[in-house]
Amino acid sequence: MANHESTYRPTSSIGKWMDARLPVARIMHAQFVDFPTPRNINYLWTTGGLLTFFLGVQIATGVVLAMHYAPTAADAFNTVEHIRRDVNFGWLMRNLHAVGASMFFLAVYIHIARGLYYGSYKAPREVLWIIGVVILLLMMATAFMGYSLPWGQMSFWAVTVITNLFSSIDSIVPGLGTRIVQWLWGGFSVSGTTLTRFFSLHYLLPFVIAGAVGLHIWALHVAGQNNPTGLEIKTASDSVPMSPFAVMKDIFALSVFGLLFAWFVFFLPDYLGHPDNYIEANPLSTPPHIVPEWYFLPYYAILRAIPNKLMGVIAMFSSILLLVFIPWLDTSRVRSAKYRPIYKWFFWLFIISVVALGYLGSKPPEGAYVVWARVFTAYYFLHFLVIMPIVGVTENPAPLPRSITESVLGKGAAPAREAAPLGR
Amino acid sequence: MQREADLASHSAEEPTRRDFIVIAAQAFAGVGAALALWPFIHQMNPDASTQALASTEVDLSPVKEGQAITVVWRGKPVFIRNRTPEEIKKAVEVKVSDLSDGSARNDDLPDRAPATDANRTKKGHENWIVLVGICTHLGCIPKGQGLNDARGDFGGWFCPCHGSHYDTAGRIRKGPAPRNLEVPPYGFTSDTKIKIG
Repeated sequence: MANHESTYRPTSSIGKWMDARLPVARIMHAQFVDFPTPRNINYLWTTGGLLTFFLGVQIATGVVLAMHYAPTAADAFNTVEHIRRDVNFGWLMRNLHAVGASMFFLAVYIHIARGLYYGSYKAPREVLWIIGVVILLLMMATAFMGYSLPWGQMSFWAVTVITNLFSSIDSIVPGLGTRIVQWLWGGFSVSGTTLTRFFSLHYLLPFVIAGAVGLHIWALHVAGQNNPTGLEIKTASDSVPMSPFAVMKDIFALSVFGLLFAWFVFFLPDYLGHPDNYIEANPLSTPPHIVPEWYFLPYYAILRAIPNKLMGVIAMFSSILLLVFIPWLDTSRVRSAKYRPIYKWFFWLFIISVVALGYLGSKPPEGAYVVWARVFTAYYFLHFLVIMPIVGVTENPAPLPRSITESVLGKGAAPAREAAPLGR
Repeated sequence: MQREADLASHSAEEPTRRDFIVIAAQAFAGVGAALALWPFIHQMNPDASTQALASTEVDLSPVKEGQAITVVWRGKPVFIRNRTPEEIKKAVEVKVSDLSDGSARNDDLPDRAPATDANRTKKGHENWIVLVGICTHLGCIPKGQGLNDARGDFGGWFCPCHGSHYDTAGRIRKGPAPRNLEVPPYGFTSDTKIKIG
């Protein structure tokens, strides 16, 4: 895919001169204009473009916000209010940035669920998938540090609770966990020193994400895009050029998703946040009920489902790191769950579990909430560690179409060629 | 040509002076790079101005029996409670074997000291309990200092974040917290004054 011939033909003399020296235009043309895209990809394949857009939105609005924000314990809370009230269009920039983070996570969760359903992690896309997991972790770190910056009560106590997760190491090596936590804080408690370093890293990490996204797209363009059938592109009729087909579809999807984005930005900017964050951080008073932002709730539910502190922390981190091993845990010969009559049901059970964990993470950790959180946490891990390997071997997949073209146009329309399950 | 082949086979069989120099130079550069990293890591540790705030003096005379105050030491809240005789009695009567954390967690005592009420307080001042007011689970501030606060099932402190209950000696009795509330290093400088840190 990556080495497919570019149809780029420079016409102007400047274009020819440049092409002989630094063929950027030729590479861009090959990768983003006439790049072969499966003709059958659905709207779920527009989430990659959406995510690139939201990374751009976060960087652009973030750079602007940093011009008016002061990352010190004395000024942070006030400068955020100053941005909302005094700075020209500051309210807009701040709302775009805060809501943008939520939209970014919404899009990335849809993107990941799509990959899981259509088996996009299977060979030869393992590295592509793993880079995706790295991007998810970087996004989480960035969002977590960004949430500390308004320096409200939720900001402060979220930082306290999450950094204290590392103190659980004390139960393995006494004292080490505390040393790590004090190193993260730069003191004996969360303070303005902590805020300043989080601001520095919050500004840095999006550019690291951008680098990782570059690698993600590179790996994607080596293996080529997956599609709902999970078959590879075999003939010219299986694909269309990326531009205008996929690009226009991306732009249309972005317009629709943009309506949702705009609705929150203009009408419900604080809906996804927490009112306690409009109380300035107070190190001597914990809010009665600490909850993270909605996109962290499932992991928070897993953390609290386990009664032992260290095991809770390990379970929470494992729930994400486990994703790295999925390419080898899934034993199925068939990529797409569309042709997997049994696994399909387990997939939806997994999605229900994650949504349920999200709901339970927002509830206080008592009574039936804890019991259900344990049930769904157990399923989360069983799904990957037990169901995936076993169902992949035992299930009888439905017959696959012979090619991408056949799946679109029906039998007889496709050029007669044998299709192997994994296309290799 | 013959000589080159000789050299090639020679170097493949046994290390030469050049191999030694290359390895030594790489090791030197590696150690140098690791050492250069240290200042970048260590700058994040608590700085001199933070370390300088390491001790606090507190006057206890205004705190009447049954009352509690919270002071700040190293940026952390410290709970000081003037316990009633019933509260002391409740704390003394508990058997150490019934506690989920049997260690005193008193910075002035060795790690192996048992979590008796005597080991959590100062001799002659048993009515005073001094604790770092940070839940050992995930660092929230437990309730129980205010007169109308929930004090949990054991009459001491209750952490609302994840439901940890502490008794009147600040020992963990129920909930996810792994350790007793820490007793900071402190001493009585007079009958009504303490110095923490």
